[in-house]
Amino acid sequence: MSSTVTITDATPPQLAHRLTAARLPRWAPAATAAASVALGCGIGAAAGLESRVQWGLLSALLFLVVSYTVSASVEGRRQAKDRFATSLVWVSFVCAVVPLVSLTFYTVQQGIDAISPEFLTHSMKGVVATLSPDGGIYHAIIGTIEQVLLATLIAAPIGLLTAVYLVEYGRGRLAKAVTFFVDVMTGIPSVVAGLFVLSLWNIALGFQYSGFSGSLALAILMMPVVVRSTEEMLKLVPNELREASYALGVPRWKTILRIVLPTAIGGITTGVMLAVARITGETAPVMMLVFGADFINSDPFDGPQQSLPLYIWQQYSQINNDFGYQRAWGAALVLIAFVMGLNLVARGVARWRSPKGGH
Amino acid sequence: MAKRIDVSGLSAYYGSTRAIDDISMTIEPRSVTAFIGPSGCGKSTFLRTLNRMHEVIPGARVEGKVLLDDENLYGANVDPVAVRRSVGMVFQRPNPFPTMSIYDNVVAGLKLAGVKKKSVLDGVVEKSLQGANLWNEVKDRLGKPGAGLSGGQQQRLCIARAIAVEPEVLLMDEPCSALDPISTLAIEDLIGELKSQFTIVIVTHNMQQAARVSDRTAFFNLAGVGQPGKLVELDDTQRIFSNPSVQATEDYISGRFG
Repeated sequence: MSSTVTITDATPPQLAHRLTAARLPRWAPAATAAASVALGCGIGAAAGLESRVQWGLLSALLFLVVSYTVSASVEGRRQAKDRFATSLVWVSFVCAVVPLVSLTFYTVQQGIDAISPEFLTHSMKGVVATLSPDGGIYHAIIGTIEQVLLATLIAAPIGLLTAVYLVEYGRGRLAKAVTFFVDVMTGIPSVVAGLFVLSLWNIALGFQYSGFSGSLALAILMMPVVVRSTEEMLKLVPNELREASYALGVPRWKTILRIVLPTAIGGITTGVMLAVARITGETAPVMMLVFGADFINSDPFDGPQQSLPLYIWQQYSQINNDFGYQRAWGAALVLIAFVMGLNLVARGVARWRSPKGGH
Repeated sequence: MAKRIDVSGLSAYYGSTRAIDDISMTIEPRSVTAFIGPSGCGKSTFLRTLNRMHEVIPGARVEGKVLLDDENLYGANVDPVAVRRSVGMVFQRPNPFPTMSIYDNVVAGLKLAGVKKKSVLDGVVEKSLQGANLWNEVKDRLGKPGAGLSGGQQQRLCIARAIAVEPEVLLMDEPCSALDPISTLAIEDLIGELKSQFTIVIVTHNMQQAARVSDRTAFFNLAGVGQPGKLVELDDTQRIFSNPSVQATEDYISGRFG
């Protein structure tokens, strides 16, 4: 009893903590946002600013300022800082999402009219691109799928094994050198990869343009991404699992194959799929090595092929041609849908294969 | 099945640091030997040298001899994988394989060694889980993930996994330190039952636990910071806890030290 009294006496009144304080209602952030957007647009319109981006930036700025000042006047400075940080996160989120959504929306809007059963099942053979809306992307879809598949078949196993080496075996200089070169490879521009394969495979060794030589360049671009993501995933596998396996008398290679890789397989799959998505949209090496074709060539080892990104470029580069623009947007839509589909598959696989800890 | 372990002149290193120095001892078959001592005195390191798990750490190496009955574990041409098949280990933290069901966790050692026959595996699963006192709790959900069990159940699953490959010796590195008293009791009872079949070595920080479960107790200590750990004495548990022959042991177990 007496000790309680002493403490109360010793505490300066200004430090006594009150547990309740004035709080803004739950709807306050939403109301602030709505008001800021209205105000931002109003000011923008009144000042005669033409760009909607300027209106948006004005609204965002107002939102930050208003949420801080309102909160500071009602709740005090500490809460106001918290509100400001939260608002900043929200504004950044919106800034990141707006271009993404508008890009998807615009592509769908522009491309949806081009999509038809004919567009998806026909090539450009015998179509005069500038004079007729006919023709399609069937040959480009075939080409993209084959080239990406071949590139993945080359890059995924090599990348996976490199990552296994780096995480499970790599020590000392060789491992450091490999890591360094993987880092350097990550930064290789796709044009350079294309030039490299062109001069080595096509010029020095004398091979023809083909889907496969495009795949070689794509594989070069894909490999470091696979190595990096797989490496990170393998590092996440707890060492205790490896030791548990060794302690059961399981040899090292079997531990890696049956314990480590299955534990990380969800993340590894996601990484490979993201790398696939990345190379699917590559244009420059494809242009140099696959060359492009208007007809269906389903043999990636023989002669020029087509691919979706290259097709888009070819159609769009026919200046002031509405038919070409239309086909380009249609192909762009298909390309985005393809990549998005791959991502969904990757997420599905990751969820399906990842270790289940729950009940 | 259970074998005697004879250690002579064993030192273990991490890189150039000597972690334990010149340890010699005999571990009797079909008994429980407890290792006690302050943190960093090399108990776990020494334990890991007994099934060649020490060398799994990069830069780690061992000098000296460990005889399992009459075979030197560190002799020429000895395969560490074969050593670990006859000297099993249970770790401080339960570590069931997260991708595997309870069933697959128990038979992981056998399956990875190439045993495929369903009837054999089924028998081993039941026997091992019963041996680990877990059968009644999990027999209806053998297909569920092992990581879904409680901490104590996971640790007993790990013990079942370790005894499923029928080792001769079972090493336990603080198997109860992450568990509550009830799970600890379950595992201590289990240790009492397992010693009829296995040679058991257990590292523990819990002196009461050492007194409860072990037949013989070894006290490890280190001379000072940065010095390697040493074996101070090994004797019957009864004697170590009532009338140890070295003063440091008495100081440690009575709490006057460290």
